[in-house]
Amino acid sequence: MCLAVPGKVVAIDASADPLSGLIDFGGVRKQACLEYVPDVRVGEYVIVHVGFALQRLDEESALASLKLFEELGLLEEEFGDAWEQAAKEAGTAAVAEHQDSGSDAR
Amino acid sequence: MKYIDEFNDPDLARRLLDEIRATATRPWALMEVCGGQTHSIIRHGIDQLLPEQVELIHGPGCPVCVTPLEIIDKALEIASRPGVIFCSFGDMLRVPGTDRDLFRVKGEGGDVRVVYSPLDALELARSNPDREVVFFAIGFETTAPANAMAVHQARRLGLANFSLLVSHVRVPPAIEAIMSAPACRVQGFLAAGHVCSVMGTAEYPELAERFGVPLVVTGFEPLDILEGIRRAVRQLESGEHRVENAYARAVREDGNPAAVRMIEEVFEVTDRSWRGIGRIPSSGWRLTDAFRAFDAEHRFDVTRIRTEEPAECRSGDVLQGLIKPTECSAFGTTCTPRTPLGATMVSSEGACAAYYLYRRMNAPTPQATRAAREEMNPVA
Ligand code: SF4
Repeated sequence: MCLAVPGKVVAIDASADPLSGLIDFGGVRKQACLEYVPDVRVGEYVIVHVGFALQRLDEESALASLKLFEELGLLEEEFGDAWEQAAKEAGTAAVAEHQDSGSDAR
Repeated sequence: MKYIDEFNDPDLARRLLDEIRATATRPWALMEVCGGQTHSIIRHGIDQLLPEQVELIHGPGCPVCVTPLEIIDKALEIASRPGVIFCSFGDMLRVPGTDRDLFRVKGEGGDVRVVYSPLDALELARSNPDREVVFFAIGFETTAPANAMAVHQARRLGLANFSLLVSHVRVPPAIEAIMSAPACRVQGFLAAGHVCSVMGTAEYPELAERFGVPLVVTGFEPLDILEGIRRAVRQLESGEHRVENAYARAVREDGNPAAVRMIEEVFEVTDRSWRGIGRIPSSGWRLTDAFRAFDAEHRFDVTRIRTEEPAECRSGDVLQGLIKPTECSAFGTTCTPRTPLGATMVSSEGACAAYYLYRRMNAPTPQATRAAREEMNPVA
């Protein structure tokens, strides 16, 4: 979770408090807080960490990083089902009822 | 050159390597601070592509790895309580406490939930007014603006059932501690790019000056890392020790001022213990008095925790760059991602996990790498 992942701003919700927007991370879309990059525009790339955009990034670098993170398996780690992954690592069946685990609470 | 064809731009990688080779006339030891960089280095075999004179030492830059056992045990204790919803990032689930982990606590009936952002935890507090929602606020400077915003919002919304279990760490004091250690061999740093995206580089010139080390702010892609190494070696060879920004596309000198302001409103600098390393002065953040009501350690009585580290685990030495993971006798035998003894084998950014995943038992064949990868992540 320490890595910040680049993504493309596809929508901005100006009425949200704090300011938020929809970010596309190579196919996976998630809401992120834009309060720290308040003048960002739709179509620009930002570096997002734990749901917060921290800086802008140019498109070329963003796409290169996304490719790398995918190769490293880090996108799966960041956006996949953490309970399933933990269960796999533990060599046990997934803990029941992880559906309500809140990972999609927003 | 084993992995070089997998580089984004193999020709540029070759040129950078040639230049590093031509520049380095003496042995130099550089530390990459960030765990993400460690993974990128091992995955692409950068350490093996470098000329013999240039050695990379892996640093402590993985927040999951350095979260102290005592805090993990406090998290397990709070998460076990009835009425509590305990929220954490997914990569904390399997970090071993003294006798179990969060994954197990969930299996035993604790309400442990994985969130992607601290704002998700805040939302849970809003929608569950009759429950105590505790968020495990770990991380470096990169994570701090998010956690600061969450607690700031909680106060604004008057959410009395939300709190943070805080274990925040800061990079510059860790660099200072590493350089001050008698056994330190580090002569230059690749500073963590995303930490600097938030904080800027203002804290570094003083360190470069005091310890006479080049600090090159570096990104995560293999080419970024080679470029960082190239610049650090060039400085070392010419007897310089400056701060250089090799990741300017994401790092401004003043970082992100709005994020820094929010951190300073909510947190104050404090001493922190780092798992396996021990106490480092001024190396962390805690909530200021104004936000004390949102501190889980105040809200829950967790003073009777007794912790015990597994004796075999040498993650402290790994995190300080004193040994490589493969020098630990438990590596790959009693300690694997399935049966981890230390957090450095669990975390997605841990050095032991990187070696296990990409270079199992020092046998960097593509087959071994693939086998290890499949074992850790069968769907990949
Ligand atoms: S291999 Fe396992 S036991 Fe050894 S230092 Fe790494 S985490 Fe600790």
